[in-house]
Amino acid sequence: MKKASILMIVGPLFLLGLYIFPLWNIMLGAPQYPDPLGLNIHINGLQGMNEFDIQNIDGLNHYIGMQTLPKVEDMWEFGTFPTIIGIMVALGVLIGILGYFNKVGYKWFLGWFILMSILGLLGMYDFNAWMIDYGTNLDPNAIMKLTNPDGTPMTYKPPLLGHVKMLNFDVTSMPSIGAWLMFVGMMLTLAASYLGWKNTKKQ
Amino acid sequence: MKIYKKLIMSMGAVLVLASCGQQNQNSNGALSSSAAEKVYVAPGEQDEYYAFLSGGYSGNLTVYGLPSGRMFKEIPVFSQFPTSGYGYSEETKPMLTTSHGFVPWDDAHHPDISQTNGELDGRWIFINGNNTPRIARISLSTFETEEIIEVPNSAGNHSSSFITENTEYVVAGTRFSVPIPQRDMPINEYKSNFKGSLSFISVDPEHGHMDLKFQLLMPGFNYDLSHPGRGKSHGWFFFTTYNTEEAHTLQEVNASQNDKDFIAAVNWKKIEEYVNNGGGTKMPANYAHNVYDESTHMATTTMKKEVLTVDPLKVPGAVFFLPTPKSPHGCDVDPTGQYIIGNGKLSADLTVHSFDKMIAAIEGEKFDGEAYGIPILKFEDVLAGQVKSGGLGPLHTEFDGKGNAYTTFFISSEVVKWKLGTWEVIDRKPTYYSVGHLMIPGGNSRKPFGKYVVAMNKITKDRYLPTGPEMEHSAQIYDISGEKMELIYDFPTHGEPHYAAGCPAELLAPKSKKIYRLDENKHPYAVTSPTGSKVVREGNEVHVYMSTIRSHFTPDNIEGIKVGDKVYFHITNHEQDFDVPHGFSILGQNTSELLIMPGQTKTSVWEPKQVGVWPFYCTDFCSALHQEMQGYVRVSPANSNMELKWSLGE
Repeated sequence: MKKASILMIVGPLFLLGLYIFPLWNIMLGAPQYPDPLGLNIHINGLQGMNEFDIQNIDGLNHYIGMQTLPKVEDMWEFGTFPTIIGIMVALGVLIGILGYFNKVGYKWFLGWFILMSILGLLGMYDFNAWMIDYGTNLDPNAIMKLTNPDGTPMTYKPPLLGHVKMLNFDVTSMPSIGAWLMFVGMMLTLAASYLGWKNTKKQ
Repeated sequence: MKIYKKLIMSMGAVLVLASCGQQNQNSNGALSSSAAEKVYVAPGEQDEYYAFLSGGYSGNLTVYGLPSGRMFKEIPVFSQFPTSGYGYSEETKPMLTTSHGFVPWDDAHHPDISQTNGELDGRWIFINGNNTPRIARISLSTFETEEIIEVPNSAGNHSSSFITENTEYVVAGTRFSVPIPQRDMPINEYKSNFKGSLSFISVDPEHGHMDLKFQLLMPGFNYDLSHPGRGKSHGWFFFTTYNTEEAHTLQEVNASQNDKDFIAAVNWKKIEEYVNNGGGTKMPANYAHNVYDESTHMATTTMKKEVLTVDPLKVPGAVFFLPTPKSPHGCDVDPTGQYIIGNGKLSADLTVHSFDKMIAAIEGEKFDGEAYGIPILKFEDVLAGQVKSGGLGPLHTEFDGKGNAYTTFFISSEVVKWKLGTWEVIDRKPTYYSVGHLMIPGGNSRKPFGKYVVAMNKITKDRYLPTGPEMEHSAQIYDISGEKMELIYDFPTHGEPHYAAGCPAELLAPKSKKIYRLDENKHPYAVTSPTGSKVVREGNEVHVYMSTIRSHFTPDNIEGIKVGDKVYFHITNHEQDFDVPHGFSILGQNTSELLIMPGQTKTSVWEPKQVGVWPFYCTDFCSALHQEMQGYVRVSPANSNMELKWSLGE
């Protein structure tokens, strides 16, 4: 149980990476952007890959009537997500410590993992909902109003994962270091649950 | 069946052709195809070297790539440049201020890249204005002229702008000797009355700011070209002279009589010490010092009123004359600093002096008389060797860093490769035609990059499709990586390149600026936020604080301007994206357009003379809505009561 508990203490700490590294990354390349524009999505706000990328993405998007990218104060998520992550890390470490002293069992470990997974899925859902709004809720007075071949208005939702061609831009959306660290951390807690469970079977 | 036959026949033909191609490659194709491969820089790829070619009478500096010969930019230096508004905008007009007023042109000659420990460091490039003596400093991160200093007591600033091994000084020698100070006197009293000034302009190591530290007042010869000592000869500077006859008319004949002229060897470290200890004579002067500030995007002129002159006779052991045959032109020092080459333009031979022998002769005080009190060393005592090339009219020499030298021969129209130390000629190749200068990247430093030599020719004739009597000059690129030189490319150049400087691309490319930061813009009339635009009247001067972003001007409608007003459009480009300039021009403006880089502010003046509604627009195709980037100014009669109004999107 000691080994499992140590993993349970260490696993949640990986989530602290989210305070430093971006969760997600969206790259926009085009013929006239040989150095692509890039957007790093952190839990506490958006950052350009290069200093002026956000300004330049907004500048381009205004042609097709997209809203400007949200600032920290524009989205409650940027305030709430860091708090939730903080609470989950503290909770996870606490469960691990209690496990170490045999106060709680592997079910708590698994419970933390399931709770974190649900929160993660909710986060993804929320992120996707924002992207739908960002890509489809367009200014009716946009300079360029483009339509699909079937006559419906063209929309510009970036992909949640993977690559999409949008007008002259190649848009690629991928998890970034923060997300990978979170994934590793969660896998460690899952491993902790498994080891804990194996331990109980032995006894 | 017929179809099959045709197919088989055509396949046969292809096979024959292919095998022919194969044969060609094996027999003689290697030569022609490899020349093409050597200069071919595929689309999207970049050149190996930067080359900065002086523009001569264009007054500017052009930037090329080697080995492709593609031109990347013309940097305005001494000449007004309507393309960007340099010398037309209110900010850059002071760059062309001199003691003679606004001089919109010059003859730009010899660029030289800054050095540290005798190697190119890529901070700045300097170039001289020959006609109204000036030295300019150009930033190699913005590729823009940042500073121009006028050189007083000089005339025909030709033996310039060469820098010392650690960029301590940029040196500017006079070609014409003149009365110093200038005065009203008979021309035919030139002899022994006129003087030649050699100016040592110090360069601030941090900002590059130039300051005329001292001026050596030499006998009234013509100081043609110069180069610094390096390595062991660091601390010395060498100048070729002609017209040691001191002729004042028909110099073509009268200045070509002496069998030998001189190379003047100047121990500047000794003179610097003398000056630092309070030596020298302050002389009243009047010369302009123009500095462009990157943060205010603005140039200012300061008139300087004094210059420190040095009489060479007051500093014993500082100046010597080395006899050198036949009106030497180029004065070149090899990468080790041991050999000083005098290119005797009216002879067939090159004269090479030895620095070690010169020092020994000076120490042994073996003099062969004096000229105006300056000791003349014995020709035989300082001579290292002579290159008997068989060519005619040697002008300039550069070095490959592998013990070889390359000299241009104007009259016989060729580049000759020879060996330092043995003086034997290794190879010679024709140029097209009448080559003046040549350039090897770093060829004038301790560390040349001896892969290519560029020959800059004075005569073009039939090298390109004809364009009437006037045409661009021509340059040739030779591959010098092997024992023999190989002509690999021909390309036209802009203006008349006299000299060039080159360096590896990686020295400059990574630090080349992409934008100016808007948050660092300190221009007094800058608009740094989109809401900051306004129009302010001060009497009949109107200041328009205008901003641009794709794709509109703010404001784009202005009313209340009157005939007789002087309207200043101060335009700030709010873009912070690479290569998104905006332009500005208004109908009837008596000046050039402005081309404003991201984050920059530039000012254009318009004095409307006619009542009406006059459009202005963006002159640079900035976006898909560039054509919509326009606006109107309403001009009312001089006595109108129209209030100033401005707007965007109302």
